[in-house]
Amino acid sequence: MVETGELSVELQAFLKTYSWRRIDPVPKASLSTPIRECRVALVSSAGFVAPGEEPFSHSMHGGDHSLRVIPGAMDVQSLEEHHDSDSFSRAGVDADRNMGLPLDRLHELAAEGEIGSVAPRHFSVMGSITAPNRYIKHTLPAIADLLVEDHVDIALMVPV
Amino acid sequence: MCTQTVGLAQATVEERGIPTASITMLTEITEKIRPPRALAVPYPLGFPLGEANNRELQTEILRQLLALLERNDVPVLEELRL
Repeated sequence: MVETGELSVELQAFLKTYSWRRIDPVPKASLSTPIRECRVALVSSAGFVAPGEEPFSHSMHGGDHSLRVIPGAMDVQSLEEHHDSDSFSRAGVDADRNMGLPLDRLHELAAEGEIGSVAPRHFSVMGSITAPNRYIKHTLPAIADLLVEDHVDIALMVPV
Repeated sequence: MCTQTVGLAQATVEERGIPTASITMLTEITEKIRPPRALAVPYPLGFPLGEANNRELQTEILRQLLALLERNDVPVLEELRL
């Protein structure tokens, strides 16, 4: 666990006046099937991009709110990392992309029958979005549409 | 900011009928955002799955994350137990 008091002085100063988006009321969807039968998708905010795709911008005001789709069959270690933040150590994701998008682990859980299947598409965003209006209005409904289209039962979310 | 980015994604996806759970390294912020289900892990920023190339630990974290999906007393914030 990290206490906000352990973050960089610059980040602490920013957070002191930052107005967090409080989720209220908290929405609740329920499982319709046992976990061992569920199709599971991952959403990562590690800023991963498949090779050849456009990197996340580091100059967009308020943070790049765009979306990258990660095919479930791709080699997770080939992902490139384009997160626009220096508030976390890259050592983990540099050594093993499963640290930000545990796709190999998900395939193993499916092979062992602990989940039903791995979704055909997973989703990557760049977590450093300080002005989230466009992200809420455009990116998140797009992710939800694709999850529904892929008949996903569970979405697991991974911040870095 | 990742904690908010992920929490907001949970809210939209749950509203569309798909249950979600997230990992958090910053419980202070998760308590402010209030995503439906979150698993607090005792690792620094950048290490949500604990340790690179540690298959056993990463799998255990995913198992405990998946187990939160059976909880409907939202918002749920549980600590990883090893």
